[in-house]
Amino acid sequence: MSAVVVENLTIRYGDFVAVDNVSFQAEFGEVTAILGPNGAGKTSTIETCEGYRAPTSGSVQVLQKNPFTQRTSLHSEVGVMLQEGGVYPSARVHETIAQYCALYNRGVDPATLLTAVDLESKASSTWRRLSGGEKQRMLLALALAARPRVAFLDEPTSGVDINGRDAIRHIINDLAANGTAVVLATHELDEAERLAQRVVLFHQGKIVANAPLATMRSAQHELRFSSTPTLNVQELSTHIGLQVVVHQEHFVVRFEDIDSAFSSELVQRVSTWLNDKNLPLNNLSVGAQRLEDIFRHLTGGTQ
Amino acid sequence: MSTLTTQLRAELNVVRRNGEQLLVTLGIPLLLLGFFSVVDVLPTNEEDPVNFLVPGILALAVMSTSMVSLGIATGFERSYLVLKRLAATPLGTSRLIAAKTLSIAVVEAVQMILLISLGFILGWSPEQANWLLALCAVVLGTFAFAGIGLFLAGNLRGEVNLAASNGLYLVLLLIGGIVFPLDKLPGALSAISRCLPTAALSDVLRDALMSAGQHTTSSWIVLLVWAIAAPAVAAKTFKWN
Repeated sequence: MSAVVVENLTIRYGDFVAVDNVSFQAEFGEVTAILGPNGAGKTSTIETCEGYRAPTSGSVQVLQKNPFTQRTSLHSEVGVMLQEGGVYPSARVHETIAQYCALYNRGVDPATLLTAVDLESKASSTWRRLSGGEKQRMLLALALAARPRVAFLDEPTSGVDINGRDAIRHIINDLAANGTAVVLATHELDEAERLAQRVVLFHQGKIVANAPLATMRSAQHELRFSSTPTLNVQELSTHIGLQVVVHQEHFVVRFEDIDSAFSSELVQRVSTWLNDKNLPLNNLSVGAQRLEDIFRHLTGGTQ
Repeated sequence: MSTLTTQLRAELNVVRRNGEQLLVTLGIPLLLLGFFSVVDVLPTNEEDPVNFLVPGILALAVMSTSMVSLGIATGFERSYLVLKRLAATPLGTSRLIAAKTLSIAVVEAVQMILLISLGFILGWSPEQANWLLALCAVVLGTFAFAGIGLFLAGNLRGEVNLAASNGLYLVLLLIGGIVFPLDKLPGALSAISRCLPTAALSDVLRDALMSAGQHTTSSWIVLLVWAIAAPAVAAKTFKWN
């Protein structure tokens, strides 16, 4: 049984189609990243899963329940972290966390939760006095107060500094390790790459890729190097039989990882061609593509 | 602690922490009652102005808590997405509304105790007061003003709602029969004012506490209509986020 099942979901706002016939699943014990640029349909999708809106068409099941019509019973087991806000500015940290622990009534100790999100020193502070990272950790704490079987986290590391990001990643990894299905919406590809086991890539309201991260990355490899800017890209492309593109002062060859020998052979052919042309070969790297590159490749543009 | 008690406590914390809300709910009613009872400048038609003022100020207190305080707090909760976040907890809409209603009842109880105590100190002498009838009037007034406050809160941005609520509070204070008798207002304005919930509540409270209502039957009807219509319109139009 999957924790979250989205089937043929479409969400319209008037004539505008925000989400167009998407399907995916999220499993217990995994972090599923809903990934895409701003306006791709991530928040609309996640808010439908949270029960805030009804689908225009298609269906959503969370813990085998309809989140829109069975909200009250479902919400005792679902943790929600909004993209922003959710706390009154004059509310104090420890009071708010205690309030949510009591509302969920799932046996979570507010003091322990405060320690888990590293906010003990800010316990008496009001929301308005917290930094961006502290606010995100507090919003995460409110989601954890549910001791959730499913957690929907919308941009959890947005606006957070490096240390704060590490803390949040650690908490999210622990959550998944303890069996929670974590559904993470983010536009930060790097964040998804660090956290997710499964990636659902959104682009203009549609899913352009949906696979385990490892599978997605291993399917797309690249050879990357730098040389002189006068290198004849067309001639090299013809020589190796693959398209060479220029990306941020690097020459990049993208290929499917047919077998391990193919990479070695490709390196050999490129280095030989450069050597024959008396051109330098610097900063050579071969391996799985970064998520950012996969995204660019799949959407044919920039993030 | 039950979810309802938890939320009630959170609601009361918001009221307690917001100084401007305490000023509107307690400070201004106490100040107006004290000042105009001692400084006899109002055309109250009463030998002792406190006898005119206490019922009107009680109506003002109901308006300040259930319309201004509730409306502004709810409007900002909507802007800050507090309501949205609470909607994703097991609290549920009915218990959220129950918690808000109970928090109003608690604040109004404190207001009534303080204002009536001050009234007695200033020489207020209610004649054959029907406290049960006054309580019914307060309950109807609370529904009417809460409906108006939530209508504004559910449809305007936080800052606009703040300005609109305070502006309406001032207008209703001046033309709602609270400090100035309606018969002292110009004819057309007086007629309009009689249709307002403030004037209706002031009038029925004066009748219940002082046997001095002027248009009691029509005032009860006006109050009842507002108490039904305003919450209904608010419920129909309220946008949670």
